[in-house]
Amino acid sequence: MININLIFPEIFISLSIMFLLIFGVYKKNSSKLVYSLSIISLLIVLALCFNLRTVTEVYLFNESYQIGYLSTFMKILVILSGVFVMSVSLKYLKINNILKIEFPILILSSILGMIVMISSNDLIVFYMGLELQSLSLYVLASFNKDNILSSESGLKYFILSALSSGLLLYGCSLIYGFSGSTNFIQISENIDINQYSLTFGIVFILVGLAFKISAVPFHMWAPDVYQGSPTPVTLFFAILPKVAALTVLIKILYVPFLNLIEQWQMIVIFLSIASMIFGAVAAIGQKNLKRLIAYSSISHMGYTIAGLSTGTNEGIQSSIIYISIYVVMNLGFFCCLLMLKRDGKYYETVEDMSGLSKNHPMLSFSLLLILFSLAGIPPLAGFFAKFYVFMAVIKSEMYFLAITGLLSTVIAAFYYLRIIKIIYFDPEKEKFDTHHNIALKVSLFITTIFILFYFIFPSKLIQIVSKINVI
Amino acid sequence: MFEVDLGHYLTLGAIIFTIGVVGIFLNRKNIIVILMSIELILLAVNINLVAFSMYSQDITGQIFTLFILTVAAAEAAIGLAIIVVYYRNAGTIRVEEIDKLKG
Repeated sequence: MININLIFPEIFISLSIMFLLIFGVYKKNSSKLVYSLSIISLLIVLALCFNLRTVTEVYLFNESYQIGYLSTFMKILVILSGVFVMSVSLKYLKINNILKIEFPILILSSILGMIVMISSNDLIVFYMGLELQSLSLYVLASFNKDNILSSESGLKYFILSALSSGLLLYGCSLIYGFSGSTNFIQISENIDINQYSLTFGIVFILVGLAFKISAVPFHMWAPDVYQGSPTPVTLFFAILPKVAALTVLIKILYVPFLNLIEQWQMIVIFLSIASMIFGAVAAIGQKNLKRLIAYSSISHMGYTIAGLSTGTNEGIQSSIIYISIYVVMNLGFFCCLLMLKRDGKYYETVEDMSGLSKNHPMLSFSLLLILFSLAGIPPLAGFFAKFYVFMAVIKSEMYFLAITGLLSTVIAAFYYLRIIKIIYFDPEKEKFDTHHNIALKVSLFITTIFILFYFIFPSKLIQIVSKINVI
Repeated sequence: MFEVDLGHYLTLGAIIFTIGVVGIFLNRKNIIVILMSIELILLAVNINLVAFSMYSQDITGQIFTLFILTVAAAEAAIGLAIIVVYYRNAGTIRVEEIDKLKG
């Protein structure tokens, strides 16, 4: 076995899942201990992944597994946001009485699924990772099992996600049949450009992946699931599966099917335009903040895949930068949402934030920055994210896509600004609790600082991302 | 004598797949039927893979099928568990009445 050290992160996380499961079952009332231990094991996995940052491109297990810049970067992003998600959500779980040993273990196993998915270079490995991730997410969505909304959201997510996995698998079977292999590199060698049955396969796989990143017209699960699940799970849903699915989308489009770009490019452009416009328009009337952020994430996904539709390395890099900044912004927003707590109850509608600035000036200011950044107002991080994507799109001479994107940014600005108006100019309500645990405060501080001061060192992120050359 | 070739298997797979997808969208009565439809979709994929694998003399498709069977079992188990949890809360599993979340 050569190069076994390259999959140390995966091995370590699987072992720690099994250990924590046994430990949690045998030791009574150990949910808090298991929770802290899983954060620690995630940190160790993060360090192990960080060790691999210089590995350029290595294939393992008969070329079915690939470690490279792209996969290592995305793994670090996933695990880092997993650490943040877990550390900010402890209090919510305690108050809502759902702090069980299963919660951190399910999170760990879905992260394991994601990192397998990110590194996969074979349809079988990709499918196994995807299913490990989705099966854990079904349970997480319905984790608050005495709450009808949570179990309903789990049910809806289960049905629609299982359907999308089925579509994706059908695509995989067609591609296997007509190219004779499940390996991405083999597929790209065997591909015959004039064979239209492969296009069917690509369409099915694209539908399945669009489901996972909730791009229009396969977005219908997102608002319901976001609203019904417990807030930490919503945060998890909003960030991690999208990063993983986006990586797979990049790999599938650009490794096996690069030669068929003429056939998938229009589909990706359509997904992008539809998501940008629909996400911007549908969010306008929303009252529930979690539902609103679901529509907002749909529109952000539209911008992300706009970069992918260009077919250039620059476009892919801009998408990766976009998703990284999107992760930070969403993390900040949910930190604010988790601070809206009064007498052991969490509030999540837009009206609850009315007049927030009078009692909580600091919280309102970070919320202001995060919302401005989500809307894409310079000089905050969100502006640069959009800027890179539009630059890449314009360089590939897709002016229609760029213009639609800019217009939907303007529409989307309306609902972000409406929240800011409600926070700053509406009559104030009762004060929220001001005691929060230190992890929540620190996370909000870090994300706000990142968003505010990104423009001073924009080249740092670009330098890292510019090493990722997929084509 | 009538020969069964790859095209027939693929047609059978496509028909079963379509029945599964249509079953999910047209069904208005019971969630269990949806679970059965999902199962049908996965079986259609299996038929496809095994047929391709036989005709191209390549074992990978059959291995893929074994993985899919395992995952389908796990998926059905989790789906049934979620349905039980939902039934305890709502007292019904009629598809029309799953409408607490909307907006």
